[in-house]
Parts: sequence; structure tokens; C-alpha cells
Amino acid sequence: MDILGILNSTAGFVLAPVTIAYALAALGLAVHFGFAGLLNMGMAGFMALGAYGYAMGILSFGLPWYLAALVGLGAAVVFALILGIPTLRLRGDYLAIVTIAAAEILRLLFLTKTFDEYTGSADGLFGYNGEFQEANPIADGTYGFPPFEDTAATWWVRIVGLLILAIATFAVWRLVNSPWGRVLKGIREDEDAIRSLGKNVFTYKMQALIIGGVLGAMGGLVLAMSSNVNQGQYVTSLTFFIWTALLLGGAATVFGPLVGSLIFWVLQAFLGLLFPAMAEAGLLLGLTSIQAAQIKYIIVGVALVLIVVFRPQGIFGNKKELTFVR
Amino acid sequence: MSGNANPSTTPVKSTGLHIGEPAPGVAKKDPILVADGIVRQFGGLTAVNVDHVEIPRNAITALIGPNGAGKTTFFNLLTGFDQPNEGTWSFNGKSLNGVPSFKVARMGLIRTFQLTKALGLLTVMDNMKLGNTGQRGEKLLSSLIPALWKKQDSEIEVKAMELLKRFKLDAKHEDFAASLSGGQRKLLEMARALMTDPTLVMLDEPMAGVNPALTQSLLDHILDLKTQGMTVLFVEHDMHMVRHIADWVIVMAEGKVVAEGAPDEVMKNPAVIDAYLGSHQDVDLGAVTGRISLPESK
Repeated sequence: MDILGILNSTAGFVLAPVTIAYALAALGLAVHFGFAGLLNMGMAGFMALGAYGYAMGILSFGLPWYLAALVGLGAAVVFALILGIPTLRLRGDYLAIVTIAAAEILRLLFLTKTFDEYTGSADGLFGYNGEFQEANPIADGTYGFPPFEDTAATWWVRIVGLLILAIATFAVWRLVNSPWGRVLKGIREDEDAIRSLGKNVFTYKMQALIIGGVLGAMGGLVLAMSSNVNQGQYVTSLTFFIWTALLLGGAATVFGPLVGSLIFWVLQAFLGLLFPAMAEAGLLLGLTSIQAAQIKYIIVGVALVLIVVFRPQGIFGNKKELTFVR
Repeated sequence: MSGNANPSTTPVKSTGLHIGEPAPGVAKKDPILVADGIVRQFGGLTAVNVDHVEIPRNAITALIGPNGAGKTTFFNLLTGFDQPNEGTWSFNGKSLNGVPSFKVARMGLIRTFQLTKALGLLTVMDNMKLGNTGQRGEKLLSSLIPALWKKQDSEIEVKAMELLKRFKLDAKHEDFAASLSGGQRKLLEMARALMTDPTLVMLDEPMAGVNPALTQSLLDHILDLKTQGMTVLFVEHDMHMVRHIADWVIVMAEGKVVAEGAPDEVMKNPAVIDAYLGSHQDVDLGAVTGRISLPESK
């Protein structure tokens, strides 16, 4: 078993575009659930809009890459409005049901043959990143040192992703530590109390839904910049992975989602390499390496249960600040 | 309720609030809140059916009545938390029909809740600051630039601290509201309501579950509101308190206003004694409100 090789590949995920994408989406979910108390179970849908908006903006509408990115974020705003207007007046659980369904509807719309010309249906979209990479100021070649050794193209995605993440984190940190964030946390605690103090609860919830949704779309955007776009990526389990990352770090914190995503991806990559290698070495009771690769998902599920039961506030959260079960 | 819950000073009662004989729906000299023909039905149940009622300005009005009389529902209707099936009502001469609750609150009509709504996972200070209206930092875009709201926020903090001192909660300002006792939460909710600079304060059972010593200070606070020029309407079951601080009493039973008047007179009213205070506990409430007629007893 090549433990060093496994550790080396795992370390590569620390700054992978996919980790950055998860961090952005988890940050969006923190705004939704941790601060506003909105149970959004459709984060994958917001991410898909960011990714497809970007890819379709370039391929179908011939926009420059940065405008196409804005199309993706704009689509998330529209989606949040469509979701929120009928559901935000209702109790939280309804939003959870509607968002999970809406995200699946979106994914199936991207899958259907009807819009093949625009969405690529089951094949997805690819070959749209040319212009984005032309804007890459880094000369061709590989940079960095093992395990952080990558091509100029990957570094470019990484730098853009980290820039987006840094700006987003700063903005969210400012927002939640302002009087606006105070109202939002108040709404999480008791909507009626906030209403009785003369605040327009619906507007605040809608603003939170849009901000979190746009952050999710930014996550999808970073994913799309690093590879191709396929509806198979934006399934419901993606939403649950992001929830795991969020709860791991701490739902009502700003830096928790970032660290949670990092730990989630590093652990997931490590286990995804470790178990097949162990199976090949005959250490896993005769499981094939393909079977062993699935064990990590079992671990993710068990970890989610353990976090919620024993440390609902996450790694960064204050025990008093957020109790999952109310 | 024990007898030691008197306010520390004898309150000065406002008198001469009404025009003509005290009766249900009697006109007031200076009403702040007027409700007409308010009907709220839940399926087949008519929870509230108030023909006409006026709340006098700058006075303390108590709303009493047996459980299920529709007092809290009436509160909800007046503050926009629920909409009636029929009826019109106005505050300071402005109609409140169809006005959402947060806009009612902005007009200066603030309510508290029977089941205290302290925001548990916010600090006591944050609870208080939320009460302040017209904060620049509560707008999404300006919240991103602290320079725009920091000064206002520290002014609000000073104001909140003064109120907390009055309510003896200043030592707790950094604690989560969830760590307060039930009575302290009542105090916090009332203090938070005062942060909005209201003109009419509606308190739903402010004394429920509060110990006698705290009751005394709460009574003083409520009397204080009147001296500061506010109007108070409260629901309460503690007759001792009602008699002591209320200037006017409105009695509800089965959704209707059955009696009105100064506290001492109202409590002598046989209808009130029958419906609420007790003496004929075996009589159906319907006989008191006139909904059913009972055969003459021997």
C-alpha cells in the first residue's frame, strides 16, 4: 500500500477548485440556515444555475466569460425570487420541501433532450473555458512544488476561485456583524417578535435567500471553470455533502463553512484513496476495490449523524449559539 | 396574588375618560384606538365579536375576561398579526385595515406576547438594539459599510443601557437572553418594546409567572409609561394589579365586550362577577352574555 502516494494526492485537495466551490456553497448555506434559519435543501440547484449560466452564456449567447459568469449569478437571483415569493411566507419546513423539489426540477430540465441544443442534456457542456484561459496572465507550464504542483490553467482557476471566496467571506462577515445581520439572527429566533418590532421580515428573508443563493451559484461557477458542466454533478447528494461540510464547521459562523469544506474534501479524498488501496492489499475482508471506494459515503453519513448529535454547533460554533434541535 | 404586590407609590388614577354612562362601547373623550364591528371566526367558532370599543389616550386600560374570551385574538387583530373577517379599526385616526403587523408597529403600536418571545440566542443587548427603529445599518447595502452606522449604533447602545438599568437587567447585557429567568424575559420583552419609542403599548399578560417582588417593579414600570405620556392596554388575570393600576377596565366574555368602566365600579358589576370574578361558578357563561336564557331558579 502506497501511503505516501495517498497522502500526496490527498494534500492536493487542500486548495483544489472543488474545495473552493464547496466552501462558497457552504458559506451560502450558512447565510440561509445558520443566520436566517431558512432550511434550504436545494443548494445543488443554485450551484447548477451558476455553472450552466456561465457555460451557456459563453456557448449559446457568445458572451465574454466574465459577463457569462454574471448570467449565472443573475439566474440564481431569479431562482431565489421564484422560490421565495410563494414559500417564504410559510413555515420553514415548507421551504425545505420546495427547495429540494425545485433543485431536482432544474436538474431534470438540464437533462431533458428537449433543450439539447443549449444544455447538452446528458452529455453536459464542455469546451467553453477557452476564453477564460486566454485571460490567464500566467505563462504556460507547471508551477509550485509537490503536492501542490499544477498547470498554469489550474492555478488560474484556483486564484480566481480564492479571490471570489475571499471577497464573499469578507462580505458575509461584514453583513452578519452588522445591524442587518442582527435582524437576520432575530428572525432565526422568532419571526413574530421581529415583526412586532416593526421590521419587514419577508424582505430580510428574501435578501438572505438571494445572497446565499448567489454564493451557491459562485460555487457552481468555480466548478464550471475547473472542468465541464454536467447535470449529474448537481444531484441531491451534492446538497447533503454541503450540509455536512457546513455542520462540520459550524452553521452559524463565517469561517466554519470554509474549514468544514476543507476537512470534508481532504477526508473524503483520503478515504476514497485509502479504502480501495486497503482492499487491494486484502485488508478489507475480501471487498473489491470498487466496493471499497463506496465506504467513504457510509462514513460521510455516519459523520453527519455524529456531528448533529454530539456537536451540533460544529467545530467553530459556540455551543450556546446554535442548537440544531430546538 | 399576595397583598404585598402593591406599587411602591399610590398611583394617580386618570378619571373622566368617558362621555356619558359607562357601558360596553362607551365613547371616550380622547380615544387613541377605535374598533368597530370586529368579527373573527375560526371555522364555526366566533372568537371575537366586538361591536364598538374605544381605548382612552394616555391612560392604562385593562382588558380582562375568562380564558377563551378572545382577548389575545383581539390583540392579534388590533396589531395586524391576524386579520378579522369583518370590521374596521383605527389607531390615532389612521385606519389599520389590512395593514401588516410590522407597519402597525412602525406607527407606534407595539405589543408583547403572552408566551414571552425573548430571542434566546441573541445577547440581551442585541435584543434591545433590535427594538430601535430607523437604523441605517439594517439596510442591506449600508450594513456593508460600518462607517455609515457605527455612530448610530453606539447611540442606540447608550439608550438601551439606560432602559436596561431601569429594568435592572444592565448586569446581564452580555448574556444570551436564553439564560434569563422567565420573569427577566418578561422584563426584557417590555424593555425591548420600549426601545421602539411607542405611543401605545399592548402587554399580553405581563405578570403571568412573575414573582411578587418583580411584579411590584413591573407595576411601577407600567405606571411609569403613563407618566411618560404613553398609553397602555394590557391583558391580565391578576385582579389586584388591575384594581391598582388600571384607569379603565374592559371586560370581554365569549368574544364580546360585556362591561366597561373604572376598575372599582366594573368589579361591582354583577355581569362581571358572574362572567369572570366568580360567585356563580355553576352558571353557564352564555347566560351572562345573554346568548341563552336560563329557566328561573327556585
